[in-house]
Amino acid sequence: MNRIGIVAGGVQPAAGVRRIWLKRAGIAAGAIVLALVALALGMVAWMSYVPADLDLSTTRLSAQGAYRVSYEPRRGPIAVNQIHAWTLHVETADGRPVEGATIAVDGDMPQHGHGLPTEPQVTTELGGGDYLVEGVKFHMPGWWVMDFTIDAGDQTDTVRFDLLLN
Amino acid sequence: MKRTALFIGLAAVAAAALAYLLWPRAVWSPDEIALLRGLSLSQLPALPPDPSNRYADDPRAAALGQRLFFDTRLSVDGTVACATCHLPAEQFQDGRPLGQGVGTTARRTMPLAGVAYSPWFFWDGRKDSLWAQALGPLESPVEHGGTRAQYAHVIARHYRAEYEALFGPLPDLSDAGRFPPAAGPVADPQARAAWEAMSAEDRETVTRIYANIGKAIAAYERQIMPGRSRFDAYVDAAVRGDTAAMAQALSPDEVAGLRLFVGRAQCINCHNGPLLTNNDFHNTGVPAADGLPEDRGRADGLRQVLGDEFNCLSAYSDAEPADCGELRFAKVDEHTQLRQFKPPSLRGVAERAPYMHAGQFATLREVLEHYNRAPEAPAGHSELEPLGLTDEELGQLEAFLRSLSAPVVAPGTPEATSACTGCHQEPIAHAPGDA
Repeated sequence: MNRIGIVAGGVQPAAGVRRIWLKRAGIAAGAIVLALVALALGMVAWMSYVPADLDLSTTRLSAQGAYRVSYEPRRGPIAVNQIHAWTLHVETADGRPVEGATIAVDGDMPQHGHGLPTEPQVTTELGGGDYLVEGVKFHMPGWWVMDFTIDAGDQTDTVRFDLLLN
Repeated sequence: MKRTALFIGLAAVAAAALAYLLWPRAVWSPDEIALLRGLSLSQLPALPPDPSNRYADDPRAAALGQRLFFDTRLSVDGTVACATCHLPAEQFQDGRPLGQGVGTTARRTMPLAGVAYSPWFFWDGRKDSLWAQALGPLESPVEHGGTRAQYAHVIARHYRAEYEALFGPLPDLSDAGRFPPAAGPVADPQARAAWEAMSAEDRETVTRIYANIGKAIAAYERQIMPGRSRFDAYVDAAVRGDTAAMAQALSPDEVAGLRLFVGRAQCINCHNGPLLTNNDFHNTGVPAADGLPEDRGRADGLRQVLGDEFNCLSAYSDAEPADCGELRFAKVDEHTQLRQFKPPSLRGVAERAPYMHAGQFATLREVLEHYNRAPEAPAGHSELEPLGLTDEELGQLEAFLRSLSAPVVAPGTPEATSACTGCHQEPIAHAPGDA
């Protein structure tokens, strides 16, 4: 208030120059503070970023729509740090079980840029479109993705499952 | 001027929002409660079975294993027992930067509370069962320094009845020509030559007894568990919504430290679950220890366990291949695994200086400062990012870590359980420092 009063009163001979300087300094200071705050907020947001619309369903349509795929952990709910197996069920989009598929497994933790601690594999075809996935393990709580590349002869397609573990 | 005022106003609002986000809060969201709950000892599941050791949960094996654990006759010169480095009164570790058996090792002695929950053993996971782990130091030239033939003779001479009750009749080892007093696949050239001169069948006989020694020791070690700490009382109270009990369990500084632990400091990425370790392997840029050879950590440990004569898939394991998932589906990735080490449980960590795999840091504060700085790894790639924590925040984290202290729960020492037959006639020679 004081500064404005003095400037507005025209007491200083170089009031115009001073007014411009003050204004620029204010804008610059404000911009710097805003930028720092935005950066800090961004970092906090990035570190805890999990997409709000994460679809945690255990049945998904593959990327190109060739297969409907679902998974079920074979020993109840997934616990962090426990090696376990999944049953993966693969059927065509219109519901026919897919047999004889070759399936590659991969997993990742998008926020940390690292993969699974193990190398899970489809070890057994159980029949009726079911496949045994052994060696699944997650060693951190948080957001994980599991990717399956399904090759059933005439069509290769991929499916991704999102998981949120405590 | 209006624009300046607007900017300053906006900045103030943003700063307030940031302060709100980062300010230590006394309340936890339902998601945070769920996360904390997973760290409480109350959530520790029952001991996982060890299919590779059919004696793992046999109390007779544990009783025998306990005596073996304290028996210095299981060493080349009668001076070293498991308990020499794994001191019961010190959380089953020794407080030294490097383990000291008949010589000096290249790594820090690991604590044992809750050890049976891990799928991998040693800092580099070069063993995949507790019984296989126990056999490593016994033949290490700088730890127990002896040989499997020597140990088989110790069993035949001093533990025959207990051994036979569990594992069946002991073969006759009295022919010193066939079963030399010192023989094993060890560094010592004489003992190695004696081993190589034995028939394959006799070597197998001795190795079978040796594996059973490990299985008995493992049965004992499985019973060594962490005790409940103030932190567990806090989390259990938080789950119940009992704010009075929460305030009684942890101070505001300790709670602030806990919030950092599960939040900005990202400790929970690796120190998770009720034991506060994921028992996996991580390169956190820990400096190389002065005067020691290059340590490649998990990169070498995984190679060793895959070829280990006592691994889950070996002839000495009682497991079916289907039970050996950790070994069969282990990921081999030398580039990533270079200089990775296993995060130890943080329970009781405040009383376990010095820290890291070769005791590189003397105090908890040094450890926290290392994680805050996140220096480049001496080899491989560090997973750390600088944390930007203030001195006050590091102090809060340290205060929190101190709240994890609690006495280890273990079966009584042999004196306390010496009602067993034979214990009185043949008192166990105790290791120095075993209180």
